[in-house]
Amino acid sequence: MTEISVRNLWMEYGDQIVLERIDFDVAPHSFVSLVGPSGCGKSTFLRLLLSQEQATRGQILIDGEELPPNPEPDRGVVFQKYSVFPHLTALENVMLGLELDRGGFTGRLYGRAKRRAREEAMEYLGGVGLAAAASKYPSALSGGMQQRLAIAQALIKKPRILLLDEPFGALDPGIRSEVHDLMLRLWWENQMTVFMVTHDLREAFYLGTRVIAFDRVRKREEELERYGATIAFDTPSDPAPFVTELAAKDAAA
Amino acid sequence: MALSRSGRLINKHPGSAAGRLLAVLPFALLLLAYAVGSDIRLSENPNDKLLPSFSSLADAVERMAFEPDKRTGDYLLWVDTVASLSRLGGGVLLATLLGAGIGITVGLIPYARWTMSAFIAVFAMIPPLAVLPILFITFGLGETSKVALIVFGIAPFMMRDLALRVSELPSEQIVKAQTLGASTWHIAWRIVLPQMMPRIIDALRLSLGSAWLFLIAAEAIAAQSGLGYRIFLLRRYLAMDVILPYVFWITLLAVVFDFILRRYQVWAYPWFVSERAQS
Repeated sequence: MTEISVRNLWMEYGDQIVLERIDFDVAPHSFVSLVGPSGCGKSTFLRLLLSQEQATRGQILIDGEELPPNPEPDRGVVFQKYSVFPHLTALENVMLGLELDRGGFTGRLYGRAKRRAREEAMEYLGGVGLAAAASKYPSALSGGMQQRLAIAQALIKKPRILLLDEPFGALDPGIRSEVHDLMLRLWWENQMTVFMVTHDLREAFYLGTRVIAFDRVRKREEELERYGATIAFDTPSDPAPFVTELAAKDAAA
Repeated sequence: MALSRSGRLINKHPGSAAGRLLAVLPFALLLLAYAVGSDIRLSENPNDKLLPSFSSLADAVERMAFEPDKRTGDYLLWVDTVASLSRLGGGVLLATLLGAGIGITVGLIPYARWTMSAFIAVFAMIPPLAVLPILFITFGLGETSKVALIVFGIAPFMMRDLALRVSELPSEQIVKAQTLGASTWHIAWRIVLPQMMPRIIDALRLSLGSAWLFLIAAEAIAAQSGLGYRIFLLRRYLAMDVILPYVFWITLLAVVFDFILRRYQVWAYPWFVSERAQS
């Protein structure tokens, strides 16, 4: 069970303060939606959670321990674009995490080890409904399929935290709601904590068990540089009906 | 306002048969112009050397390619071709290895970029032909200096091009790879290099023209065999009947290499071609 604590976090680029006084705790197995206007620093916050950048002040603690200085497999990520590797087939994209882990210096597996990794990867591909597309390159997949692939690719590492940076922003509405339910099911089954940055408030409240909004408190032009965004509101959100169903099913079993 | 009923030039396209005909047209015109010009000059002076007739060109090809040389007993065209291609191949291979190795390192590792990119940028500005004397002095007049000139001429371009291509990879990919457990080495080996392979072929295709230039320049100055050597040797005798087929042969080789590289790229890296078609 993964608990996340953010302690008085500040992010500055030179004179420009982007985030200030970010302070909150996240209970294990939460689905946190991060919302806010463009430029409010929600993607910056996600980069800090990823260790892609380092905060100027303050800390992020995972189960009481400070974040490592590099992105690591304990925190998976799905970006809006470019999350999958164009030179690998769908299956190879999912297998990559296993190959890097078990393949030693070359990061490749051969023979029986490769067959085993392939079977494992096929299960994850099947889990996101892409078994039939295993041998296709990402350029032959639709936007929704690419995002599902990116999710499977991240999940095979069994991350404790999954970070989603506007992952469904570029999808058609119909496809979107399909991927939403898929995402909820995977979140439920994998017992991980999800952070999702989104522009879409409905999506934020539908998926999230908690919605946090970043915004600037001071908005006068001469104040924009010296005052960063902070938490404007933070509210629990009822789990989606789909999750209640999953929970009921689990309870019955 | 009166609207013109006829199509605007930028919107008119030839059909496929007409398109092919148009593509062949300039070649046919060039041949025709040559034939007419040659005919006129030869009818005025049968000993004219500038534009030999097609039959004397064919005789020269026969002599150079299919009859042993009277002095050495060699089939000169093939000896020259083998000599030139081994120099070209050696130079291009070495330049590609250097270009890919250093280019990827510089593109991927910030410390390498800070250390090397200004140096490479300045180095690339040195005119390769200006250092040819230095190469001859250092490596002697043998094969090494010719290969070195080709490497000197095209490796800096390949390094810079590949460093640029690597830096164009979305940073999301590099972060994603790290969250999948990749080390720096893994990222270079499994993420960057495979995606650079088709781009190395692009850089190679662009470099081959320069590679030929440097090869022929080096052969013109100091060599005992080679396509460039032969052309510059026969220039003294105004032997256009041999020079023209040699130029044609060099061009043909260049076209064939380019064609093979392009075909190989499509065959070996289908993902690259379809990705490029989408962007």
